[in-house]
Amino acid sequence: MAEQHFDLIVIGGGPGGYVAAIRAAQLGMKVACVDRRPALGGTCLNVGCIPSKALLHTSERFAEAASGHLAGLGIKAASVKLDLKTMMANKDAVVAGLTGGIDLLFAKNKVTRLTGEAHIPAAGSVEVAEGRKKTTYSAERILIATGSAPASLPGVQIDEKTIVSSTGALALKKVPEKLAVIGAGYIGLELGTVWARLGAEVQVIEYLDRILPGMDGEVAEKFQAILEKQGLSFQLATAVQSASHKGKGVELELAAAAGGKTEKLSFDVALVAVGRKPHTEGLGLEGLGVALSERGQIEVDEDFETSVPGIFAIGDVIAGPMLAHKAEEDGVAAVEIMAGKAGHVDYDLVPGIVYTAPEVAQLGKTEEQLKQAGTEYKKGVFPFMANSRARATGQAEGFVKLLAHKDTDQLLGAHIIGPEAGTLIHEIVAVMAFGGSAEDVARSCHGHPTLSEAVKEAALAVDRRAIHS
Amino acid sequence: MSVEIKVPVLGESVSEATVASWMKAAGETVAADEPLVELETDKVTLEVPAPAAGVLEQIVAEAGSVVGVDAVLGLIAEGAAASPAADTAPQKAADSAPAKATQAETGSVESGPVNSGPPVTPPVQMPAPVAAAPLSPAVRRLVEEHNLDPAKITASGKDGRLTKADVLAAIDSGTARRMAAPAAAPAAAAPRPRTDDPREERVPMSRLRQVIAQRLKEAQNNAAMLTTFNEVDMGAVMELRAAYKEDFEKNYGVRLGFMGFFVRAVITALREFPAVNAEIHGTDIVYKPFSNIGVAVGTPQGLVVPVLKDAQDLSLAEVEARITTFGQQARDGKLSPSDMAGGSFTISNGGVYGSLMSTPILNPPQSGILGMHKIQKRPMAIGDKVEIRPMMYLALSYDHRIIDGREAVSFLVRIKELIEDPRRLLLGV
Repeated sequence: MAEQHFDLIVIGGGPGGYVAAIRAAQLGMKVACVDRRPALGGTCLNVGCIPSKALLHTSERFAEAASGHLAGLGIKAASVKLDLKTMMANKDAVVAGLTGGIDLLFAKNKVTRLTGEAHIPAAGSVEVAEGRKKTTYSAERILIATGSAPASLPGVQIDEKTIVSSTGALALKKVPEKLAVIGAGYIGLELGTVWARLGAEVQVIEYLDRILPGMDGEVAEKFQAILEKQGLSFQLATAVQSASHKGKGVELELAAAAGGKTEKLSFDVALVAVGRKPHTEGLGLEGLGVALSERGQIEVDEDFETSVPGIFAIGDVIAGPMLAHKAEEDGVAAVEIMAGKAGHVDYDLVPGIVYTAPEVAQLGKTEEQLKQAGTEYKKGVFPFMANSRARATGQAEGFVKLLAHKDTDQLLGAHIIGPEAGTLIHEIVAVMAFGGSAEDVARSCHGHPTLSEAVKEAALAVDRRAIHS
Repeated sequence: MSVEIKVPVLGESVSEATVASWMKAAGETVAADEPLVELETDKVTLEVPAPAAGVLEQIVAEAGSVVGVDAVLGLIAEGAAASPAADTAPQKAADSAPAKATQAETGSVESGPVNSGPPVTPPVQMPAPVAAAPLSPAVRRLVEEHNLDPAKITASGKDGRLTKADVLAAIDSGTARRMAAPAAAPAAAAPRPRTDDPREERVPMSRLRQVIAQRLKEAQNNAAMLTTFNEVDMGAVMELRAAYKEDFEKNYGVRLGFMGFFVRAVITALREFPAVNAEIHGTDIVYKPFSNIGVAVGTPQGLVVPVLKDAQDLSLAEVEARITTFGQQARDGKLSPSDMAGGSFTISNGGVYGSLMSTPILNPPQSGILGMHKIQKRPMAIGDKVEIRPMMYLALSYDHRIIDGREAVSFLVRIKELIEDPRRLLLGV
């Protein structure tokens, strides 16, 4: 019947948690995974990565069809109309299909699925509450993978109706006429472009004087210009002091980040996309003595173990980029170390991808970081305008930029704006994983005509010997 | 001594398993802890490692059979070495390794196993250790351009791979070693350390000199080179020359030398001994129905060998004319690489410098070279009397791999015959 004791209980069935659970099962552990949602997949599958990618895809198709651009390609479409309800239903179906898929993976790997709110009364013990039913399970080890939740701003209260987080922004019932996006990180920009494509007038408000904090400066600058051409407007170096309901919409009180006079602007909907905060409430960590950082992240050592032996943590709930694929790497590494193997995550090689059109992808160091570290580097840039495939498919915006060490030619960073940037970046992940050089990429054969050739040409450009530019 | 391979504890409340597959066959060598057999339970699939090193003596539980915990799966003959095949290459992983063990050997290009907790044995190595991990494109380029031995460069990349930085560092610090020459002779390694005497003058070799040096070594290293000698009485040719050199010059505007005669003699002899005109390519012998005769010319920069293409179709006058032109072009540095390509046999005349006898070196990929020398009056036995005759020593260096001694000697004798009686050249006998 129902097992009560496990080798490992994973709290959280998002990408970090479910992947860790499956890996642990592969390594021979008896594993249970508990999540409060009936559907697995966490934020990513339910209200994050997947629904946003579905909407980005369908909104892009709509914008292409509605823009009249197709007529120039020889495709005559009569009036194109948006059926938002169906678009949302499609998104939901995609999500349901994938979350169901994880259930199958659990069944295949014999991972025990527990549903409910988890609480850790003591090391080695997890109490799962479903409604009023409470069951206690014991485990050799507990892995916390509870992820994160959207952060908010003081003075701005998210109601998921007109003041929304990414969760609400993925399920709006109608296209807002005017949408404010607070925060110019990748979440805000992705969702901003979705609604802009569907007809909204989008204004992005950002506290810093640049968009995409943390990404390469040149990329941020060029990408902002591209988004402006798509109709988004930007107000940088601006702080949002408060948000209040006004009529059916929202009124935002804005001031320059440096201080000064405030102005009031009205929108139909305001999306708060200022970051995410680790989610640790309800686990009982304080009582256990699990140490947290200033930012609320769980502190772990290099084995992903917290300050309490037997309790581990991975993913958004610990330090590092708050990305699904980073959580997956964490989860696998943590579990492999538990099994006595060598688990390792190279945090320098976690790609960052923005799934707009064109996409943006980054890996390794930015130019700013290299300059700050005093590392001498050379760079090779190649524009998609000179890539035959990009030209043939009408997606010639953007460029590939590779950064290599000036003396050893070792690749240090890669930055791409362009079609399939998020896919193209993985060639560089593989090469950098082996400490490869720009010349290694330049001397490998790349199919023609592909977008990947732009990566090869950028590598050639590092040595000032690009052929096609 | 036989060691039993037993079914391990399978897990809580699991008492039996099915043998899914054996990774080794009876008679094969096994290393300690090497995975031998896969067991399947309804919860999990697990591998059973070898309890000791030795030879898998016997498989007791075949694939498909059901076994209980602690049952005997097979037997290992402990310590017995198997056939030389597996396991000769150094195995490092079997020693217990801490979870974060670092890379095995530096300076090795072989990709080693990632040593971790429970000892994981690397896959059995091939008997002849070959550079395991392929070189990355940039590394390969550098290694080839600088003719380096990758096995001698310290590797810092993943799993002991060389990175471009490693090779650049080795080149800079001068620690990179050249590859050994393909033939038996050990390499022209990096030159041995040397302190120059202040009175000495160090001059870098010119490009041409370096190429000549490389080709000479190549010739010596590849061919089984021997030299056979003979002597030729130049009297008849000299008489012929004296009689007709004015007419010749008047007719053709070019001096009548000796080369024309030798070229024609060589062509006749090559027709009779085709192996001397042939070339070894890989494991094939390439025979040529034409004779492209190279004529060595000395220049201040060094020796060059322009080629008389299809010399069999040239008249004696044409040969002399071409050779004169070549000589001029060589001195002016106007010979092109195509002028010097495609030769099938070479004639070299050391006599102009006063050489009496020498052993010419082959011009690869050719298989023969004729050395002409100084014409010197010597007392010779003609019949039973002593006469002073103008004599020239001839040398034929040849590649013994495709030309046997009898052929080489006969070839040279034929040249002698044809020169000593130039009427033979006319008649072709």
